[in-house]
Amino acid sequence: MNPEKFILVCNGAECRNPGAEEIYNNLRHECSIHNADDVQVIRTGCLGFCAHGPVVKTLPDETLYAGVTPEDAAEIVENHIINGKKVERLLYNKNESKQNVKVDNADFYQKQFRIVLRNCGIIDPENIEEYIARDGYAALEKVVFDMNPDDIIAELKSAGLRGRGGAGFPTWMKWNFTKQVESDEKFVVCNADEGDPGAYMDRGTLEGDPHSILEAMTIAGYCIGAKKGYIYIRAEYPLAIERLQKGMEDSRALGLLGDNILGSDFSFDIEIRLGAGAFVCGEETALIASIEGERGMPKPRPPFPSVKGVWGKPTLINNVETWANIPVIITRGGEWFSKIGTEDSRGTKVFALTGKIRNSGLVEVPMGTTLREIVYDIGGGIPGDKAFKAVQTGGPSGGVIPAEYLDTPIDYIHLKELGSIMGSGGMIIMDEDDCMVDVAKFYLGFSVDESCGKCSPCRIGGRTLYNILEKITTGNGELEDIEKLKTIGKAMQTASLCGLGQTAPNPILSTLKYFEDEYLAHIKNHRCPSKKCKELISFHILADKCVGCTICAKNCPVNVIDGAVREVHTIDQSGCIKCGKCFEVCKFNAVFIK
Amino acid sequence: MAALTRESLKKLRDSLKKDFNRINSAGKTKVVIGMGTCGLAAGAKETEEAFLEALAKEQRKDVVVSGTGCMGLCFAEPTVEVIVPGMPSVVYGNVDREMAERIVRKHIQGKILVNDHIYDKPSVDIIEELEGN
Ligand SMILES: Cc1cc2nc3c(=O)[nH]c(=O)nc-3n(C[C@H](O)[C@H](O)[C@H](O)COP(=O)(O)O)c2cc1C
Repeated sequence: MNPEKFILVCNGAECRNPGAEEIYNNLRHECSIHNADDVQVIRTGCLGFCAHGPVVKTLPDETLYAGVTPEDAAEIVENHIINGKKVERLLYNKNESKQNVKVDNADFYQKQFRIVLRNCGIIDPENIEEYIARDGYAALEKVVFDMNPDDIIAELKSAGLRGRGGAGFPTWMKWNFTKQVESDEKFVVCNADEGDPGAYMDRGTLEGDPHSILEAMTIAGYCIGAKKGYIYIRAEYPLAIERLQKGMEDSRALGLLGDNILGSDFSFDIEIRLGAGAFVCGEETALIASIEGERGMPKPRPPFPSVKGVWGKPTLINNVETWANIPVIITRGGEWFSKIGTEDSRGTKVFALTGKIRNSGLVEVPMGTTLREIVYDIGGGIPGDKAFKAVQTGGPSGGVIPAEYLDTPIDYIHLKELGSIMGSGGMIIMDEDDCMVDVAKFYLGFSVDESCGKCSPCRIGGRTLYNILEKITTGNGELEDIEKLKTIGKAMQTASLCGLGQTAPNPILSTLKYFEDEYLAHIKNHRCPSKKCKELISFHILADKCVGCTICAKNCPVNVIDGAVREVHTIDQSGCIKCGKCFEVCKFNAVFIK
Repeated sequence: MAALTRESLKKLRDSLKKDFNRINSAGKTKVVIGMGTCGLAAGAKETEEAFLEALAKEQRKDVVVSGTGCMGLCFAEPTVEVIVPGMPSVVYGNVDREMAERIVRKHIQGKILVNDHIYDKPSVDIIEELEGN
């Protein structure tokens, strides 16, 4: 007999829960006692929820049990599997979190809710028919035949969607401004420049669901009165470009793009413009210059693009993720959308979860989900049982959030209060081994490299800040450097021409806010508490632990470790390059870092 | 393809919806491989080849093998969703050549799930579940 019911036992290789194997064996045993040969018990990869483990899930009814012990196996099999009654006491408690995914009265045990990524991982992105089968182009059809531009804007307004490109500007206002300006020609632009280190949300969306962007831009064209759109995408995303191109060909062939869309008198077409990978070209005025073939440098605003954008014409520019929300808002209605998320921030947000985290990947959660839920329930926690130290959001424009704020609901206002920003959605998890001064230096270094050099606060201020951090991380810092960092940082925030310079000091100011003690340790004690800054650490061999196995000496790339077989080894500090190889290879924990 | 009108788009969608009904997948067995940049970098192309070869060996020309975008489980790439009529559709992670062969032998042919490689789908499908179609 083929199994019809399945019991999955979480057994992620990384986070093997104590007792998981015993639970698995007991469940199998119980099934055989009950002659339940239509049930298959299987071990699965990590299901997330590591903080609530061990977890057991049943299929096809998708019930999640948390905190299961081996003794619970009998009850699960007898009550749930045999008698069809869920074991209430073990059900994963959704109410533990402040925010629980509840949409249209349905309740989901999962923390993720996918609007932007609704088709990613489900449809073949190169097949327009699969997109259409899942309500694709239904929104376009609806606006062209049943809605006038003001209806669309009203829908966006009730949805409460805010721009996902970083600043969080209300989308309906932007559309409305651009619509209201009188002009013979207007443009629609999709910002797919995505330059933040660690961010790949937009790439995932474009590669997985290119038609959602094309459909949304066409809807905007109808709304504001534009006939032409540009997708500005970095040349480093060849697969996304290929799929967008294929998508445009297919939708033109079906009359969903081009002249007389769906037989109406509305026409709209889209062209792709490739960016060369400069971060500043993601800033909207620089992006517009780049589309026009000019050097990508920002201009002072106003005039805003909605008044004077591409070729001096009114231009509506939105981020990929903002666009991907539009068709759903039109088909389901703004009210449906507005029920998801928080008062301040409606809908969902996609994050690229990376760094010291077990389940790295793209996650989409309702706004208001806490950092703890993302890190521990979806991300599965920190590998190697290390302590969580901080999460970095907003990339080079953002900041760090330390452990004491793990229960903060994520939305625009809360992240801002903590001195970070939502940004585009990069989320980098850091553990006890990460040095916060080094992290600040990394992001600032990125902004300094990417500064276009047009305005002096950013060009000179950034470099000066970087030099100070360099001084501190090499043990040459002075106490007054901290004040200097703050003063210069604040000056850049107010005086820089564009967002790049205005936000470049954020990683420093926010690490100073929460981890000033680490800066002080570098300056006063010439010590890097996380043992990361090379100039401040040294490697040594403990005489009482070294057995003289010679493995460190054999692996030392610069041959500065001395010692005979079975005798204590020593490191010649003058030649050591602090690569850490000896520390890695020693099996006796005899190498330590000072 | 001829240009669509409002009416013909609706008709096309209705007929495609029936084909694409993934909950029951009424007749067809489907293997859907994550082919975003992350999947491809982890070897999704080879996984696809392995499925095609293993299915050919079992003479299962009826099984549809297709690509899709990133499901978000980047830590477990290549990921593959296997949809067999009468069974819950499941996502497998870290599917290399050998794993692909096991999935064909055990899951598709033998109708039992394969241990240790199943992952959770990240969330409900808003298009299907909330609409109930
Ligand atoms: C230095 C800099 C880089 C930026 N990079 C991007 C980017 O890669 N993608 C993006 O959508 N917005 C980026 N922005 C924000 C855009 O200027 C603009 O606010 C955004 O495209 C507006 O779209 P939205 O309203 O949908 O968020 C960047 C801004 C600055 C200052």
